[in-house]
Amino acid sequence: MNKLINDPANVVSDALRGIAAAHPELHVDHENQIVRRGDAPVRGKVGLVSGGGSGHEPLHAGFVGPGMLDAACAGEVFTSPVPDQIVAATTAVDGGAGVLHVVKNYTGDVMNFEMAAELAEAETGVAVVAVVTDDDVAVQDSLYTAGRRGVGVTVLLEKIAGAAADQGRPLAEVADVARRVNANGRSMGVALTSCTVPAAGKPTFDLPDGQMELGIGIHGEPGRRRVPAAPAAEIAEMLLTPILADLDFTGGSGVIAFVNGMGATPQLELYLMYHEVAEILGKAGITVARSLVGSYITSLDMAGCSVTLLRADDDILRLWDAPVRTPALRWGA
Amino acid sequence: MGRAGAYAGAAVGGLTAMTATVDTAALTAWLQEFAREISAGKDLLTRLDSAIGDADHGVNMDRGMTAVLAATRDETPATPAELLKRTGMTLVSRVGGASGPLYGTAFLRMATAAGDAGSLDARGFAKVLRAGLDGVVARGKAEAGDKTMYDALAPAVDALDAALDAGQGLDEALRAAVRAAEEGRDATTAMIARKGRASYLGERSAGHQDPGATSVTMLMTAAATALPGEA
Repeated sequence: MNKLINDPANVVSDALRGIAAAHPELHVDHENQIVRRGDAPVRGKVGLVSGGGSGHEPLHAGFVGPGMLDAACAGEVFTSPVPDQIVAATTAVDGGAGVLHVVKNYTGDVMNFEMAAELAEAETGVAVVAVVTDDDVAVQDSLYTAGRRGVGVTVLLEKIAGAAADQGRPLAEVADVARRVNANGRSMGVALTSCTVPAAGKPTFDLPDGQMELGIGIHGEPGRRRVPAAPAAEIAEMLLTPILADLDFTGGSGVIAFVNGMGATPQLELYLMYHEVAEILGKAGITVARSLVGSYITSLDMAGCSVTLLRADDDILRLWDAPVRTPALRWGA
Repeated sequence: MGRAGAYAGAAVGGLTAMTATVDTAALTAWLQEFAREISAGKDLLTRLDSAIGDADHGVNMDRGMTAVLAATRDETPATPAELLKRTGMTLVSRVGGASGPLYGTAFLRMATAAGDAGSLDARGFAKVLRAGLDGVVARGKAEAGDKTMYDALAPAVDALDAALDAGQGLDEALRAAVRAAEEGRDATTAMIARKGRASYLGERSAGHQDPGATSVTMLMTAAATALPGEA
């Protein structure tokens, strides 16, 4: 394992020190492992709190700032944050209008955020609404699974709901926007390599050359199927086919198309993939209204990518275009 | 660890009647033994979790139990309930993932069930353990066959009750509980996961022993090792 670390046990806290040094506009609470806007709480604005295991950077700390999140809770690597952290973040950003929790559908994240919401409401009276993302079409949503995972759509949701909160919409409306984004977004991912969790020191799974894992999440867990490696054009088909089968993306105001790198895939390959995705969407009669290409929700040093499509309406597109000023996403401001 | 021996000795020494007395010192010895088992089995738990989860169960539980030892070492809780509550809160605050809320809720429910008793008899301990199991079910909504810690914990609690009903002493009953936990743990290997991150693997989760069922078996083994039996 060749990594830029000091001690595997301190990876998260050491990284938070770097965030604090690089972004003086953010406030880092090292004890609780929380990153929040330096000017939080913003009076009268709904606060947006997200969080999850570390290792998915820039998600979530990289999306803290005006127009997006008010605070992010960093768990240990691939481990959800604990309720104390989430409660501390929630009370720190409550500007009197309540707080929206953005939670990815993983058993641990859901349970810790649930406990935190109960505690925050009981102890401080902050109104909390949680929206759970579950956009991964690789997982069957049935009685026999924990439901679909929350993956790429989380990034788009944090931007769009963040803009809605910035406009001064009340908690119920911000939550509605967030649910609308989740309901209209679908994702699918592929791994070309495993990732290496610092504390484990070796790759989570063995993936021989010439093989890839189709239908992965973001925690280095193996995918739904192992398949032979294929050219990018075929991979794009494999990712888009289940997405397009799950939801009708034609019509409306078009889609936001998001090609996301898993951490170790260069921008060169991501743009190459985006081209293949755009070709397929064009042939399927789907209009791309906006696009995003880059590594925004990652799985440490995993190579591979995911594709997310969000069926947009005019409100969603306006919120997407609204100014945002965070370390990892920034425009119009 | 010398301290664990001292506690266990104190508990055994405190026995005067023919019934087991599970007091705060005995429960502390149980938690210390559990922490030792987790620490020794950290790599095993992580290896099991790499196969079907996210490779952090060993590290997370070890971090949590190390914190529990620290939280109970300097200021000894006065009652079993206080000890169990502090354990639950510490696990919720330190473990994260799914294990933190599940183990944390289990110990918090155990604390409630222990009430203000200064010590528990064998029946009392079995009741406390069942309250912990109910907490796991309430928090995780797990059922038999989901391939989770429930699949080892539920048969262990049932076996403990059954053995006590049959008139066995606590030590013998706990050994029966350990055997039931081990069987439950081993049975998870063939199961297809329906909860947690392993469920995302579908049929590929079969053929792997569940890490949660493994750590909860350690909890039962630690009880059999550390808790007093009949005098």
